[in-house]
Amino acid sequence: MSELTREETEALIQEVLEVYPEKARKDRAKHLAVNDQSVEQSKKCITSNRKSLPGVMTVRGCAYAGSKGVVWGPIKDMIHVSHGPVGCGQYSRAGRRNYYVGTTGVDSFGTMNFTSDFQEKDIVFGGDKKLAKLLGEIELLFPLHKGISVQSECPIGLIGDDIEAVSKKAGKEMNKPIVPVRCEGFRGVSQSLGHHIANDSIRDWVLDKRDGQAFEATPYDVSIIGDYNIGGDAWASRILIEEMGLRVVSQWSGDGTLAEIEKTPKVKLNLLHCYRSMNYISRHMEEKYGIPWLEYNFFGPTKIAESLRAIAAHFDDHIKEGAERVIARYQPMMEAVIAKYKPRLQGKTVMLYVGGLRPRHVIGAYEDLGMQVIGTGYEFAHNDDYDRTIKEMGNATLLYDDATGFELEEFIKRMKPDLVGSGIKEKYVFQKMGIPLRQMHSWDYSGPYHGYDGFAIFARDMDMAIANPCWSKQTPPWKKQPEASAAVEEGELKKVA
Amino acid sequence: MAKLRQAAIYGKGGIGKSTTTQNLVAALAEIGKKVMIVGCDPKADSTRLILHSKAQNSVMGLAAEAGSVEDLELEDVMSVGYGGIKCVESGGPEPGVGCAGRGVITAINFLEEEGAYDEDLEFVFYDVLGDVVCGGFAMPIRENKAQEIYIVCSGEMMAMYAANNIAKGIVKYANSGGVRLAGLICNSRNTDREDELIIALAAKLGTQMIHFIPRHNIVQHAEIRRMTVIEYDPTAPQADEYRTLAKKIVDNKNFVIPTPVTMDELEELLMEFGILEADDESIIGKTAAQLAAEEAAALAAA
Repeated sequence: MSELTREETEALIQEVLEVYPEKARKDRAKHLAVNDQSVEQSKKCITSNRKSLPGVMTVRGCAYAGSKGVVWGPIKDMIHVSHGPVGCGQYSRAGRRNYYVGTTGVDSFGTMNFTSDFQEKDIVFGGDKKLAKLLGEIELLFPLHKGISVQSECPIGLIGDDIEAVSKKAGKEMNKPIVPVRCEGFRGVSQSLGHHIANDSIRDWVLDKRDGQAFEATPYDVSIIGDYNIGGDAWASRILIEEMGLRVVSQWSGDGTLAEIEKTPKVKLNLLHCYRSMNYISRHMEEKYGIPWLEYNFFGPTKIAESLRAIAAHFDDHIKEGAERVIARYQPMMEAVIAKYKPRLQGKTVMLYVGGLRPRHVIGAYEDLGMQVIGTGYEFAHNDDYDRTIKEMGNATLLYDDATGFELEEFIKRMKPDLVGSGIKEKYVFQKMGIPLRQMHSWDYSGPYHGYDGFAIFARDMDMAIANPCWSKQTPPWKKQPEASAAVEEGELKKVA
Repeated sequence: MAKLRQAAIYGKGGIGKSTTTQNLVAALAEIGKKVMIVGCDPKADSTRLILHSKAQNSVMGLAAEAGSVEDLELEDVMSVGYGGIKCVESGGPEPGVGCAGRGVITAINFLEEEGAYDEDLEFVFYDVLGDVVCGGFAMPIRENKAQEIYIVCSGEMMAMYAANNIAKGIVKYANSGGVRLAGLICNSRNTDREDELIIALAAKLGTQMIHFIPRHNIVQHAEIRRMTVIEYDPTAPQADEYRTLAKKIVDNKNFVIPTPVTMDELEELLMEFGILEADDESIIGKTAAQLAAEEAAALAAA
C-alpha cells in the first residue's frame, strides 16, 4: 500500500487507542509513536522496558527465558540445569535452533533438557539436597561436561533455596565451574532482565578464571559477542571475520564453549551483534580489561560492508585490505542475488515485530532487496535500542513497543504490508488474514540469515513467502457466491459418499 | 449427624496453643464428642499429648518418603489417641529451608480429598503456627474450613499485640470467607489484673474472654508424661478448668467480625492497667550515657 503521512499514522494510533479503557489508553499511548528522525533521544517519543498491562496479550517471555534460553543455553559443552518444575526446561528445550558441532550427550548438550523436576515435597522441604544429588549424577553420567549452570525457575526464589552454597560445594568437589543463576521468571518485566542477570553471572563466576594466565595472543584477536548461531548465523559471520584476517578467539554463545568464554578477556576487540542481550558484558570487559567493543550488523550486503569496514578501522592496513578483499569477493554473488530477487520484491512493504535487536538490524537487508519497512517494534527493548532505531527507520513510520495482540492486528489490517516478520505466536493470525509471515526469531526453520551466505537465503525466503501463490488463490467462505458454495459442498459430499 | 464445627487456634508463639488445644480436645472427647486435631506447624508437636508420642508422622514427612502426597492413604497419616481423638500433623521443613506454608496447604487439601472430615466428626481444631507469616498459614481459615477462631493470649504485652494483629488478619478473611472470631482464651501467666485486662481487650475487639485458665504446675507434670491433664489426673481442679472451657466452646454462639484497635488504643489500654508507662517524649532515642549526663546537668543546675 502507499505510504502513510505523519498525520495519517498519528490518526491510526489514536484510532487504535480508542478501544482501551482510559488507564490502559494512557499507558499504551506512551508505547506507540510515529518515527521522527530529528529526535535525538527516543525517550522523548516512546516509552519502553515497562511492565505489561494484564490482558493485553503481550508476547514477552521471562527472566528465565532470557538467561537459560538465550544467553547460557547455547554454550554447548556446559550443562544447563533448569532448576524447578519440569515445564520450564522442557518447553525451552532446543526451540531456538542454536546450531552446534559436537556429539550430543557426550561432549555437547545443547538440545538436551536437564531439570531437577520439582515435586510438591521439594517445594515444602527445599530443593538443595536434590540439586546436590543431581549435580553429582551429571558428573557421573556426563563426565566430559565442562561446567554446569543452575538456572533458577520461579519457586527457587520463593522458597529461598541456597543454590549458591550447593553450587560452590559441588564445584569444589568436581573441580569444574558450577554457576548459580538467579533468573527466576517473576523478576523484571520481560526476558531482558534475564539477559542482564546471565551476563552478570558470567562476569562473577566465569570471566576472571584465566586472569594472569599465559595466552598466545595475536594483534588480530577478536570475539563475536551476541551471536546465537540460529540456523548457523555465527558460522556465516565468522568466516567473513576470519577471511579479513582476524582471529576469532571466542563465540558468544552460539556454538560456544566455556573455554572460549574464559579466554575472551584476552582479545583486542569485542564485536557485538546482539546489543540488547550482551551489551552488559561488553561494557564490563571495557571497564575491567580495557577492551573496546563495536556494534556491527551482518544483515544484508550494505550493512555487512559498512560493518566490515568499521571493524577493520580498529586494525592496521593488513586488516583494512582484508575487509575490502572480502567485500569485493562477495560483491558479484550479492549482485546476482539482488538481480534475481529485487525485481520481484521492489516496493514491497514489511512490518516487523521481534525481540530486542532485529526490529532495527534487518531493515538494511530488506532495503537491499528494494523493500521498505513501514512499521517496527520490539518486545523487550530499552531506550538505547529505540535511540538506534530512529535513525534506521524512515520518517513517519510506525513504532510500537511491547505491542498488544489487538494493536498488532489493527495496525497490520490497516497498513496492509506485503510481509510481516515476527514470531510463531503471530504467524497464523496474519497468515489467516492472507498476509505472508516469516518468523524472524527462528528464521522459520531456515537460515542462516547473517553474513553474505545468509543474505542469499534471506532473499530467497522472503521471495518465497511473498510470491507464494496460495495468498491469491484463497477465497474465504463468506466471499464465495452462495449458490456456488452450496454446489461445491454438495459436490464434495457426493464425492465423500 | 451434628453439623461439623471447625475451629482454628491462633496466638503468639509459646503462649500455650498446643497444650491448651489438646487439653480442651481431651475434655471434649471425655463428654463423647468426636474430635480431630490438625496440627499446622512444621514442628509437628500439636498431637503429642493425645498420642503419647514425641512427634507424629506428618503428612508432608510421609509424602517426602513415599514420593508425593498422591502415594499416601488416609490411614498412613491419621492416628487415633486418647478418647478416640483423630490426630493429623501437616508437618514441613526444618527451619530455614523450603516452604512450610505450602506444606500446610498440601496437607489440608490432602485431608479434604481423602475424606478425613467424615460424617461422624463433630469438631475439628486446627493448631496453627504462631504468626500468620504467609498465605499457607491462613489456609485453615479460608472458605469452607474453620469458621470460628480462638486466640490464646495472656496479660503480657506482646501476647496482646499478637492477639490484636491476628484480629486484623481475621477481618480480611471474615469479609471474603465468613470466618468469625469466637473468643480469647486467657492462658494465665500470673500477671497483675490479667483477667480484667483480657476482658477489657476482648471488649475492644468486639468479642469475649471465653475462659480464664489459671496457671498450674500440673500442666507441666502432665506434659512431661506426654499426657493432657484430663488424662493424667482427671480429678485435678485444673482438669475442670479445661472441662469448663470445653463446655463454653460447645455452647458458644458469640461469633463476630473483630474490631481490631490501633496501636495507640492498645497502648492506652496497657497504660490504664499500669503495664506500660506513659510515653516520655524527652527520653526517646537517648542513650544511657546521654540521660546520665542530662541528669547530672540538672543536678548541677539545682
